[in-house]
Amino acid sequence: MNFKLKDIGPQLMTVIAVVLVFGFFTYNAQVNMENRGIDFGYGFLSQESSFDVQFSLIEYDGSHSYFRAYLVGLLNTILVSVIGIFLATILGVLVGIARLSPNYLINKFAAFYVEFFRNIPLLLQIFFWYFAALRALPLPQDAEAMFGISFLTIKGLFVPAFIWENFNIFFYSIVAAIVAIIVIRTHAKKVQETQGKQIPVLLISIGLIFILPLLSFLIGGVRLSFEVPVLKQLATTSFIYEGGVSLPPELIALALSLSLYTATFIAECVRAGIQGVGKGQKEAAASIGLTQNQVLKLVVMPQALRIIIPPTTNQYLNLTKNSSLAAAIAYPDLVLVFAGTALMQTGKAIEIVSITMFTYLSLSISISLFMNWYNNKIAITEK
Amino acid sequence: MSKINFLKPDKSNLYTFLYLGSFLFFVSVLDVLLNSFFSLNLTGFLPGFLSFLLPLILGFIGLYFIRIELSGIKQLDLLNKHINTNNFNAVLSLLIIFIILKSIPPILSWFVIDASFAGDSKDVCTGTGACWTYIKVWMRRFMYGMYPNGEQWRINLSFIALALLGSVGYFATDRFKKYLTLYYVVIYPFIAFLFIFFFISGGPVFFDFSYGIIAAILSIIIGFFIPSKFKFYYFLIVPFALYVLLKYFIFYEELIELGKLDGLNWVETGAWGGLSLTFIISFFCLIFCFPIGMAFALGRRSGFPLIRYISIGFIEFWRGVPLITVLFMSAVMFPMFLPADFFIDKLVRCIIAISLFEAAYVAEVIRGGLQALPRGQYEAAKSLGMGYWRMHIFVILPQALKLVIPGIANTFLALVKDTPLIFVVGLLEIVGMLNLAKTNPEWLGFAMEGYVFAAIIFWIICYAMSKYSYNLEQKYKTDR
Repeated sequence: MNFKLKDIGPQLMTVIAVVLVFGFFTYNAQVNMENRGIDFGYGFLSQESSFDVQFSLIEYDGSHSYFRAYLVGLLNTILVSVIGIFLATILGVLVGIARLSPNYLINKFAAFYVEFFRNIPLLLQIFFWYFAALRALPLPQDAEAMFGISFLTIKGLFVPAFIWENFNIFFYSIVAAIVAIIVIRTHAKKVQETQGKQIPVLLISIGLIFILPLLSFLIGGVRLSFEVPVLKQLATTSFIYEGGVSLPPELIALALSLSLYTATFIAECVRAGIQGVGKGQKEAAASIGLTQNQVLKLVVMPQALRIIIPPTTNQYLNLTKNSSLAAAIAYPDLVLVFAGTALMQTGKAIEIVSITMFTYLSLSISISLFMNWYNNKIAITEK
Repeated sequence: MSKINFLKPDKSNLYTFLYLGSFLFFVSVLDVLLNSFFSLNLTGFLPGFLSFLLPLILGFIGLYFIRIELSGIKQLDLLNKHINTNNFNAVLSLLIIFIILKSIPPILSWFVIDASFAGDSKDVCTGTGACWTYIKVWMRRFMYGMYPNGEQWRINLSFIALALLGSVGYFATDRFKKYLTLYYVVIYPFIAFLFIFFFISGGPVFFDFSYGIIAAILSIIIGFFIPSKFKFYYFLIVPFALYVLLKYFIFYEELIELGKLDGLNWVETGAWGGLSLTFIISFFCLIFCFPIGMAFALGRRSGFPLIRYISIGFIEFWRGVPLITVLFMSAVMFPMFLPADFFIDKLVRCIIAISLFEAAYVAEVIRGGLQALPRGQYEAAKSLGMGYWRMHIFVILPQALKLVIPGIANTFLALVKDTPLIFVVGLLEIVGMLNLAKTNPEWLGFAMEGYVFAAIIFWIICYAMSKYSYNLEQKYKTDR
């Protein structure tokens, strides 16, 4: 063993400094909690919460536990993130492609969109949509029906609910379709590699994904009906829609602003990815006789996706973290329900803030671990 | 004249197609133009659906007719190349032209024509347009928050002075250019702090921070006489010891009252707000997060495993949590971690929280630059006999930082855009002040004007920053 002071010294110093700082904090926390008569512990999670949440995906009221309140907040965060990611991806990819269009007007229009939305703070955009734009919507009794069945009002969006019979059969049919598509794709790849024949996988896939669920309706006994929201009078001037699914305005404002904001970043990722594929690649592919679509499908997209996916996942993560701004417009997400209301009621600052941070932390670390795995998998192995 | 095939425009009947096509195109644009600017509906006699789609159909046919390759007319070829390459592009171009034409009149009338500018009460705002009177009346609040009206010259003067001092770099002659880095990294932030603390807040001269400054300066001066072998340990121990000595044994509480500048009232940080607070917070976070981030970037690439793991833990922790929970932590959790009689101002806690948060992002950006440098640079520096610090300060960092200018600019941009989040701890910068003004019973119903105003301000700041970073990137671009 040959320890040198030069190697050990700085490390030891750093560790001692870190330990000292943490020790100082822990000691103070203990003293402070003793003085205020608070005890440390996570036992409060099973206590009755006795507060209500406006909007929740699972059954919840004041008689449920704090842990269930945590779950309600977490599910609401996940809901708005999933909606936001879905919309942002569609919009981002469209705008990213439009940024590369040879058409001058489309190109400039997309550039204007990107420069406009990404240079305004997200919080300001959320406030704008929630307090200014959505407040201009009509009252429930004045709202006109969109497509006759859904209503966009100041109190939220009311859409019909689906009522399924034998939903599990429908679900199984979709799973069967996906499995069949995967099998066919693998087979087609093998056939192409061994015999050089191409099987129209896309057509077959589209056919399967429509025909199998359709069969489940025709012979599987699946029934689908809609429950259209109906206007109901609460008081002389107060109306609300009943039945169907109602999306609160907070959710709409949040999902809208998150997706409009994040789409600008995704658009830039997509543009960089497609531009990152060398011109020579396209020319080489064209010169060996591939058609325009084949060049796109077999040469450009696989390489572009390799550049696009990592930063885009990062943006998804940002969107999820940004969804915590929900607290500003009282959408009951994790931060508002748990780090807001529950913290006020229990006063357990350290426990609750640490749980909230740990939730976000585990979310982002799991995504970055997945990204590392994915990056290693698709990385071009150089000789 | 050859036979005309209307399904296939060609060059032989160029002018027939050109006149017909441009005529149809202009009719369609004219229809939309009249419709949106003068609410005239030329095609009102047609059934509703057809009347709605007619401009599009006419325009499409017009563009189809003039899509003739190599017509020999320069303008036409340019037009075809840019907006009219195929049917799909033609439809999209038409749609965009129509959308622009349709949206100009309502936007223009809201912003300017129907808007009210004059007066200083709500009564003048009766039109359908924007009420800029509201912005005018609340301007001081949006700019300075609750800072007393009579004292606002202090903020203005400080900002002007700091802007002038900040622009020194442009006028420096070659002789002084080599000191610019020192000036911007050490002296300028220090002057800025003094301005903010003594002038804007009107604080006492002797307080914790000034003990720290005195301790640091003293220890640096003594440090010149310490043999280099012990310098590392000296700088780890002596400044803190000096600080404790100064604070608890030499200066006393009575001196605090003595140190106040005459005639300047103390304005507590809770009253600061508006756009000036946005600037103050961004400025200090920007100054603090850069060195912290650089330290952790170096730590993450350090050869010492313990330092590396601590740095990784720090960076990944801050990157993994949303800023709003960090601010929550600084507001409700951080006071629990400090001694009971120890009080840190809300604004300072906020600046610490944001700086640490952004430092993690800066660290990752700088690490990218360090990784991008070829190994040869490290090896060359080492072979010249340079030590770790010498190698990094003179060889590695200047090149690495040059590489990551766009990334750092993006982080700073994100920092500016994140400042409105301080509403969580109860500080009201411009967006927070807007929300406050919106709930004032005298001025209900002008949320839109306020948000548009703030959006314009932020957009100008952020867009200018991103353009400036692009210019810097071009300026420092080195061929490698």
